[in-house]
Amino acid sequence: MGFYYKNLFKTTQTILFYLLLSLGAIIMLAPFLWALSTSLKIPGKEFAYPPEWIPNPVTFSNYKEAFTILPFSKFFINSTKISVTVTITRLFVTSLAGYAFAKLRFRGRDIVFLSLLGTMMLPNAVVIIPQYMLMYYLGWIDTHLPLIIPPSLFFAYGIFLMRQFFLTIPDELRDAARIDGCTEIQIFWHIMLPLAKPGLATLIVISFMWTWNSFMDPLIFIHSTEKMTIPLGLGVFMSQYGTEWRRLMSGTVASTIPIIILYSVLQKYYVRGIALTGIKG
Amino acid sequence: MNKKKSLAYYESIEGWLFISPTLVGAIIFLLIPFLVSIYLSFTEYSLIELPRFIGFQNFQRLIRDISFWKSLLSTCYFAFTGIPVGLALSLALAVVMNRPIRGITFFRTAYFIPVVTSWVAVGLIWRWLYNPEYGLINWILSLFGLKGPDWLVSKTWAMPAIIIVNIWKNLGFNTMIFLAGLQGIPEDLYEASKLDGANQWQQFHYITLPMISPTTLFLTITSVIGSFQVFDAIYNMTRGGPEESTMVIVYYLWENAFGFLRMGYAAAMAWILFLIVFTLTLIQWRLSSKWVFLP
Repeated sequence: MGFYYKNLFKTTQTILFYLLLSLGAIIMLAPFLWALSTSLKIPGKEFAYPPEWIPNPVTFSNYKEAFTILPFSKFFINSTKISVTVTITRLFVTSLAGYAFAKLRFRGRDIVFLSLLGTMMLPNAVVIIPQYMLMYYLGWIDTHLPLIIPPSLFFAYGIFLMRQFFLTIPDELRDAARIDGCTEIQIFWHIMLPLAKPGLATLIVISFMWTWNSFMDPLIFIHSTEKMTIPLGLGVFMSQYGTEWRRLMSGTVASTIPIIILYSVLQKYYVRGIALTGIKG
Repeated sequence: MNKKKSLAYYESIEGWLFISPTLVGAIIFLLIPFLVSIYLSFTEYSLIELPRFIGFQNFQRLIRDISFWKSLLSTCYFAFTGIPVGLALSLALAVVMNRPIRGITFFRTAYFIPVVTSWVAVGLIWRWLYNPEYGLINWILSLFGLKGPDWLVSKTWAMPAIIIVNIWKNLGFNTMIFLAGLQGIPEDLYEASKLDGANQWQQFHYITLPMISPTTLFLTITSVIGSFQVFDAIYNMTRGGPEESTMVIVYYLWENAFGFLRMGYAAAMAWILFLIVFTLTLIQWRLSSKWVFLP
């Protein structure tokens, strides 16, 4: 094969791959664009056949209606409150634990760590019923406490992530500080934590997004409307408006935009967190 | 001598101190519920009254419960159809992406948007897309001369519809993991094979696939564990209908626990689920030595 033909083949391949990639990207994004399009249509236009992509005329009335029917601002406040509290608490709890598993030596360390990892295989369904019992007897049902306290204290994935990260920090740093007479807590607070900023950034992003999108736990523990989070509020109430697709889509778009924006800005950290844990198959 | 001993001693105390919040959380919210659920599975419990011990009756009822077996079947259908297709597509996509492509950030963001969106939003959007008369899906099919079914109302097509959405939603995530694995394959392997006259398919078959098998194993195991616990997808697309054709185990469990308040029964179900997931993971792990290539 001549040099010319090989080059042509390569270029064609590259073009083909770009096309495939773009087709895939379109498939990924089209449903959202369609939802956006539907949400901006005036009554009746969403049933136009063949389907119109660009609404004509554009109206924001669906959003106005959705926001008056549902207490979206309450949902937003609840979601934010829960996600922020859980994420900040996890910052400290998981980095402490991750650091301990990575660098400190104590008897039983590896057994405890492996057990912690093992819990990731435990179906949530097994523990959810007794958890509900516990919350019931504590009087925590229909409050935000079941959604904040357990996840804040125990976040196996986060511990795994932080441990992987701390393992990459050289031991000499710690040894030097020990010789200078620092306690472990001082070492952790003044040296290790600042060094862990990239890992923490990933932790924050992943934890925030997972908590924000969480559905089953709020569904089980929250019953009254004012306490609902965005996914729960959207789901439970929108089922009432069965076929009012314009409103449904406007509510959906309104709920999704914050997370899409957040992700687009912070995606570097999210992807890194996944890569860090994923390769170690 | 003494100083050395106390250093290790203090380190030991500090170690336990550092993990104590997590440990406390794990014991109260994981370990104790874990043990309680064993007990609950042998009782009849409706939350308003105290648990009543009934021995193995829950498990006997489960064996005779057709809905339970149906849900098990649906879950297997969901998992064993969706996972191979999904992972194959993800791998293909990762191979394509594993080139110096401009705009990789845009593509990565685009493929990840479905991943970071909640199932509530995804469910609503796709229910609208699957609408038999006005939805995009059937309209696209009509362009090819096909008449699309009433997806989420049809007993045959509801589950495939959900499987498709699930693949769509997770594609970006699996692709990223495969991509990370692909990037760990040394270039010289491919170059050496080119010298031996290998074409691209051969390279894929004899280099890429084996070298990526640890990643594939990881994804297969975690996907099975995840798929068998599917709930959000079902709740937000079909609520288990039509006629229980999309009823999966965890959904049936949830209905029994929080709908019918048969918590003991649900606890027994949860344990069966755990055993199934554990066994499947063990099987995959054992089989892995046959096909996973560890360099």
